[in-house]
Amino acid sequence: MASGIIYEMGRTLFQKVWDAHQVRRLPTGQTQLFIGLHLVHEVTSPQAFDMLRQRGWRVAFPSRTIATVDHIVPTLQQQRPFLDVVAEDMLVALERNCREFGVELLNLDSGKQGIVHVIGPELGLTQPGLTIACGDSHTSTHGAFGAVAFGIGTSQVRDVLASQCLALDPLKVRRIAVSHRLAPGVYAKDVILTIIRRLGVNGGVGFAYEYAGDTIERMTMDERMTICNMSIEGGARVGYVNPDRRTFDFMRGRPFVPSGDAFDRACSWWRSMVSDPDARYDDEVAIDAREIEPTVTWGINPGQAVGVSETLPDPAALERSASESTREALEFMGFQSGAPIKGTHIDVAFIGSCTNSRLSDLREAARVVRGQHVARHVKALVVPGSQQTRQAAEQEGLDEIFRDAGFEWRGAGCSMCLGMNTDRLEGRQVCASSSNRNFKGRQGSPTGRTLLMSPAMVAAAALAGEVVDVRAILADVEVPA
Amino acid sequence: MTVTSRIDEIRGRALPLRGDDIDTDRIIPARYLRSTSFEGLDAHVFEDDRRSASGLHPFANPAFAGARVLVVNRNFGCGSSREHAPQALYRWGIRALVGQSFSEIFQGNATMIGLPCLAADPKVIETIMQMVEARPETVVTLGVSTLAVSADDQVFGATLGPAIREALLSGAWDPTTLLLDRYEDVQRVAERLPYLKGFAGNEERRVGGQFGVKPC
Ligand code: SF4
Repeated sequence: MASGIIYEMGRTLFQKVWDAHQVRRLPTGQTQLFIGLHLVHEVTSPQAFDMLRQRGWRVAFPSRTIATVDHIVPTLQQQRPFLDVVAEDMLVALERNCREFGVELLNLDSGKQGIVHVIGPELGLTQPGLTIACGDSHTSTHGAFGAVAFGIGTSQVRDVLASQCLALDPLKVRRIAVSHRLAPGVYAKDVILTIIRRLGVNGGVGFAYEYAGDTIERMTMDERMTICNMSIEGGARVGYVNPDRRTFDFMRGRPFVPSGDAFDRACSWWRSMVSDPDARYDDEVAIDAREIEPTVTWGINPGQAVGVSETLPDPAALERSASESTREALEFMGFQSGAPIKGTHIDVAFIGSCTNSRLSDLREAARVVRGQHVARHVKALVVPGSQQTRQAAEQEGLDEIFRDAGFEWRGAGCSMCLGMNTDRLEGRQVCASSSNRNFKGRQGSPTGRTLLMSPAMVAAAALAGEVVDVRAILADVEVPA
Repeated sequence: MTVTSRIDEIRGRALPLRGDDIDTDRIIPARYLRSTSFEGLDAHVFEDDRRSASGLHPFANPAFAGARVLVVNRNFGCGSSREHAPQALYRWGIRALVGQSFSEIFQGNATMIGLPCLAADPKVIETIMQMVEARPETVVTLGVSTLAVSADDQVFGATLGPAIREALLSGAWDPTTLLLDRYEDVQRVAERLPYLKGFAGNEERRVGGQFGVKPC
């Protein structure tokens, strides 16, 4: 917006959004940043609402605050009260807080409930040029639309509730340019796993990642969300893609998006909030998409990944700190260095989470499993990211395809992405998962093991009962007309 | 300022916790986030790691009971944004951390509850860890103003971002009051953001309440 400042050099989207939302420099040297949209869920908000109550504060901008329930929701039996007493308590607390503070709650009976990072874009709450905050580290997902979106902790949730602002330090910007076409069977998930593998799980600390290049430009909004979602796994708190025609087409007609003339005015503002061609970056990285193959994690952080045709690394061949973490990971996973990842036995297949639970993910997985059946020893489940996604998938008959193939078809929620609800691994089970974290204990069993991969790769692993190359299966699947 | 106070020197016995990339799921497993308060988290700090450790996990070792300073390696606290992680450490008794590096969100969350995270060279960390492992009664002191970490009589340099350092030293580490301070400035920014008015044209009235765009 016209602020009277003349910039000598081009600015990045990050800088433009930051400047537009900057309130003032705080005495601590940090920036007070206005937050355009605050998304709230049941896990990180109750303590924040309590702090507001204790201090007699109100929610500053209730109309810019919206809540849903996702982490603790049972995905099998959703009747209230939940059988899971703690989950019930947590939802009751959220309902009370939203009622008392005038915050809209997209609850289970709204038809719009789902994982917070799935419903924001779906409803058009997420828009280009916004600052977005949510008490969840995968808030970076919303950057796919050209928003600057931060994951925050509970004390910061309190700050945003009370003041609609955050105290933050600016980030540097690293441009990651991905170019050339992805081979069939290689997905956005493989791209981001490759980026993290290349730059490391803490390579992004202090940076916002700007994803660019023709590969990213050709991606659908769903795919861009998958990429931005896992920025945090690479250490970057913020990840974004410059909005373009595809973004604006996605926005049109969604419930929270203005229509008519206002939509045109929105588009012209959104168009002004993209990185200038002569913008200066703090760092630039180039990735060749042709070199990427389906990628699978074998360890206990998302950077410990290999291409499906590769073998597991040898700790002896690595420098000291990498060598130690590799050894620890191999030991925890019970895997041998030098062994191929292909053929790794799995017990559970999970398709879901804010990384990969949108309609296009489900379609792609369904294409793999259609007419087949999961291996006898595998427990397989599909958990759509939102009630609307679930409904849309059912209209296309995807639920039938999955059920016929032996998958369970569940209600929307975070489910087995993390151990906060009743969907959990047991003991040492190995799970092929379309989620974003493979930390020890992440999926609910302290000794459970997670292999991250694309939804199509999870589907293929479910059929085979072990890690396989989905490209071999897709070669036999007819491309739908 | 509100209830907060200045934080500078933290002195006490230390607890060495070796390993890079120790994530928040390990610090406090997600199943203990199933609560509407932070109470009682201390009992579950590193619970799964303690169970699966081959020897005695440092957090289960009576020699380190009552430690106030946690010594860690690289990228400590990566993973989820859960404030439960620093809250659990704080409730266990930790009052400061020193390590090679910290995940950004973890460090931010820790600062906001008054838990400083100072960074030091890998060699310094190794030296302190060895000293504490050899003699758990070693007294470790972290100075926020001096940017120094000392173990017994050995003194080393440490680093801390200027904003965080200033916040701790001025007692403004819980920034809500600061953010509420000049509220007219916030209103001014809100006024000029077109999306807050639903991209209404000049002639159109604002939709909804105060800067609101009511949905659906
Ligand atoms: S799906 Fe997983 S990563 Fe995403 S918000 Fe839920 S718990 Fe977090």
